[in-house]
Amino acid sequence: MRELVFGRLGWEAIPWHEPILLGTFIAVALGAIALLALITYFRFWGSLWRDWITSIDHKKIGIMYVILGLVMLLRGFSDAVLMRAQQAMSFGDSTGFLPPHHYDQVFTAHGVIMIFFVAMPLVTGLMNFVVPLQIGARDVAFPFLNNFSFWMTASGAALVMMSLFVGEFARTGWLAYPPLSGIAYSPDVGVDYYIWSLQIAGVGTLLSGINLIVTIVKMRAPGMSLMKMPVFTWTALCTNVLIVAAFPVLTAVLALLSLDRYVGTNFFTSTLGGNAMMYVNLIWIWGHPEVYILILPAFGVFSEIVATFAGKRLFGYASMVYATVVITILSYLVWLHHFFTMGSGASVNSFFGITTMIISIPTGAKIFNWLFTMYHGRIRFELPMMWTVGFICTFTIGGMTGVLLAVPPADFVLHNSLFLVAHFHNVIIGGVVFGMFAGITYWFPKAFGFRLDPFWGKCTFWFWLVGFWFAFTPLYVLGLMGVTRRLSHFDDPGLQIWFEIAAFGAALIFLGIGSFIVQVIVSVRNRARLRDTTGDPWNGRTLEWSTSSPPPAYNFAFTPIVHDNDAWTDMKNNQYDRPVEGFIPIHMPKNTGAGFVIAMLSASCGFALIWHMWLPAAVAFAALLLAIIVHSFNYDRDYHVSAAEVLRVEAARTLSLAGRS
Amino acid sequence: MRSRKPRRALLVLPCLLLSGCDLVVLHPFGAIATQQGHLIVVSTVLMLLIVIPVLAMTLAFAWRYRASNSEATYRPDWDHSTSLELLIWSAPLLIIIALGAVTWISTHTLDPYRPLQALKAPAADAPACATPLIVEVVALDWKWLFIYPQQGVASVNELVAPVNVPIRFEITSSSVMNSFYIPALAGQIYAMPGMQTELNAVINHAGTYEGFSANYSGAGFSGMHFRFHALAQADFDAWIHATHGNGAMLSKSDYLRLAQPSEREPVHRYAGVDADLYAAILNQCVQPGTACRAMQP
Repeated sequence: MRELVFGRLGWEAIPWHEPILLGTFIAVALGAIALLALITYFRFWGSLWRDWITSIDHKKIGIMYVILGLVMLLRGFSDAVLMRAQQAMSFGDSTGFLPPHHYDQVFTAHGVIMIFFVAMPLVTGLMNFVVPLQIGARDVAFPFLNNFSFWMTASGAALVMMSLFVGEFARTGWLAYPPLSGIAYSPDVGVDYYIWSLQIAGVGTLLSGINLIVTIVKMRAPGMSLMKMPVFTWTALCTNVLIVAAFPVLTAVLALLSLDRYVGTNFFTSTLGGNAMMYVNLIWIWGHPEVYILILPAFGVFSEIVATFAGKRLFGYASMVYATVVITILSYLVWLHHFFTMGSGASVNSFFGITTMIISIPTGAKIFNWLFTMYHGRIRFELPMMWTVGFICTFTIGGMTGVLLAVPPADFVLHNSLFLVAHFHNVIIGGVVFGMFAGITYWFPKAFGFRLDPFWGKCTFWFWLVGFWFAFTPLYVLGLMGVTRRLSHFDDPGLQIWFEIAAFGAALIFLGIGSFIVQVIVSVRNRARLRDTTGDPWNGRTLEWSTSSPPPAYNFAFTPIVHDNDAWTDMKNNQYDRPVEGFIPIHMPKNTGAGFVIAMLSASCGFALIWHMWLPAAVAFAALLLAIIVHSFNYDRDYHVSAAEVLRVEAARTLSLAGRS
Repeated sequence: MRSRKPRRALLVLPCLLLSGCDLVVLHPFGAIATQQGHLIVVSTVLMLLIVIPVLAMTLAFAWRYRASNSEATYRPDWDHSTSLELLIWSAPLLIIIALGAVTWISTHTLDPYRPLQALKAPAADAPACATPLIVEVVALDWKWLFIYPQQGVASVNELVAPVNVPIRFEITSSSVMNSFYIPALAGQIYAMPGMQTELNAVINHAGTYEGFSANYSGAGFSGMHFRFHALAQADFDAWIHATHGNGAMLSKSDYLRLAQPSEREPVHRYAGVDADLYAAILNQCVQPGTACRAMQP
């Protein structure tokens, strides 16, 4: 009976003897207690539940995604600091401070968290916030699903965090290749934490992908044909197509791995007919599109920013769109380049090497398009534009080393080396992270009604840019010296200086992250001075800048009509008059707690399955089904914003606009 | 003139830093790795043809068209130019066509499965008619077993081969995935349980080189390296002779003991090896009573 309820869970699962973990746990617990106390003190619980947790407003959900991504960035970056410190000191007789048992969890968690719980929430958050505003919609197509998707992602993140303090995380590398991740070589809970957190978060990602595709396809404002959509919306569409096509593969491959682990099947074992390479193929058929899922929205962000701050129409809009679509399609034809070294024949390797290189053609075209958007422009170097120029310079180098790795004989000597690690950080930090910071800085005034402080923003930018190059140039060099990744100890003391330089780079990035936190705090304190009353602080070109900052719950009192791909610039040039009367009631979706409840039950079910607590797992699963059924009988799902209320909100905006001019 | 000197020194500095360390991937000691290193340089130069202009244009445009420069042309509605569009798609295309051709050819000539005799000029150091040395490589938790079937000896965490003689590695793993990599010799190839991969290579300079697993395989991964001794033919023969003389045998039951996980295993040498041991490892039937996978080695 005890086993049925508690499974493998016992007191020994708590890492009492690990001072780093215990210290982290105490710090997190104190922080949580302080946070809960503050919420209680400011009587914020009701508002938190009504306005945020149960909210189906795409803007609030977008903001919550971004907050989740930033919080998890702190965790993922802590792992990076541990790795940099370990590798900088573990030479010769010194074994550093992390034994392999701990170090191997750290690099696995770093990869998993940065991709699934930092990059994905940031990207999804920006798309959620921006896309409906850019296409002139009042919300996404399935608002409840949107809330549910967010809480599923957050539940996955919560499970990963829990593995820090209850049990342990996988020691397999972020893609958990079998046989190492099979039950024979990883009998503990680590891989199960990995599987269930990704499965639960994956449901959220997939549903949010479907949601945004339908939103973009069905809910564009009248006049906005596909070739008049803003480029960010285009990249969002392609990214979500990739999500919908790729994530089921991840779900399936993880399901097969869990069958191997839970019921003793042999899909990926090396005996009884299993084949581990099947796993490697399947996971990369998801994994390669995944990197384009991350980078395409960043490309979209830069396209919006370049046009806005150059004060100019985007150069080569059509070729930009076709380039995005070509990248989307090609991203499915390159997966094998992640394992040229697993013994495929020369013709197969050449095919995948060359398809990989072909992706650099549309990507190169995009970079030229941004360049020629700057050409004959009048560029204001506000923060988002600084990130963009930093991106172009950094990403181009990362793209070049990527194409180099696509040459199979070169990959044979660089595969799994620190050169590879430097390459993908070069494109993910230089592309996705810079893109997300650019996007956050760009749309922050739209979300909150005031800009971010420019001084601390510049500190953030320079620390990240310089820190990046200090942290990863040494890894390129080490890769050429034949040093491989994921080592927790080195014999050759000649390598140490390079790891010390890399650690210094990580310290600069630490200052960059710190500056960002300071930037947010300073901006909130100086919000009166940084206030944006116009709704259009950057002289923007697309529809989101036509509403107030922050936009009303219904986004647009009247659905705008679009005549040009820079719809808002077109409206401004043609002396557009904002409607101030004649409003009609607006049909809106109603908040619901069902998404939160179902996601929490999913997380409980996942936790119970990880620990083989069969009884609680069955109870949680039954409750989950029940909650879904109960929610399907909830017919109280919508309401109307009265015309009087719209008039009141719009009149307030009229006053605020007049107060400025 | 005076101002130019320090600037030139600045340019030299990174080169000095790099030459101070041992970039073995670019300056290896085997014919295959030499060509692979050469390919890295060629591909990089090809791509720099376009990357350098892009970086220069980025900085130039960013400076030239800054908002405070009112002298620069400002054309807010200029968003299309057919000739420029042709240029920005065709320039990368041409580079990729060149690089693609290089890729197709080099991937075939440097295919690790390709017997070395077929290699043309660069491997001329290797006598064309030499029969290759065969080494069967087994990745164990967390050490390397090398079996020399032609000589009937075996060693753990020590690989010995004569210079200028083609070597043919047949590679598998006992448990999880590893990657067999000697940067000075040739590119890596995975070692996977129940599967065999191959690597054909030659070492052209006598010396001692580092070899290791390049794919994370668990707790003992960091210590999973070995020394690769490239010896003159006579020294190699002497080594084989000495190994024959030391008496230790590697039977299946010894292998099962050896296969137990261990870290930083010292070098062992075996004077004899059970003849079908490697085939049994590959087919996962060393353990008495286990059925062999239906697979040819």
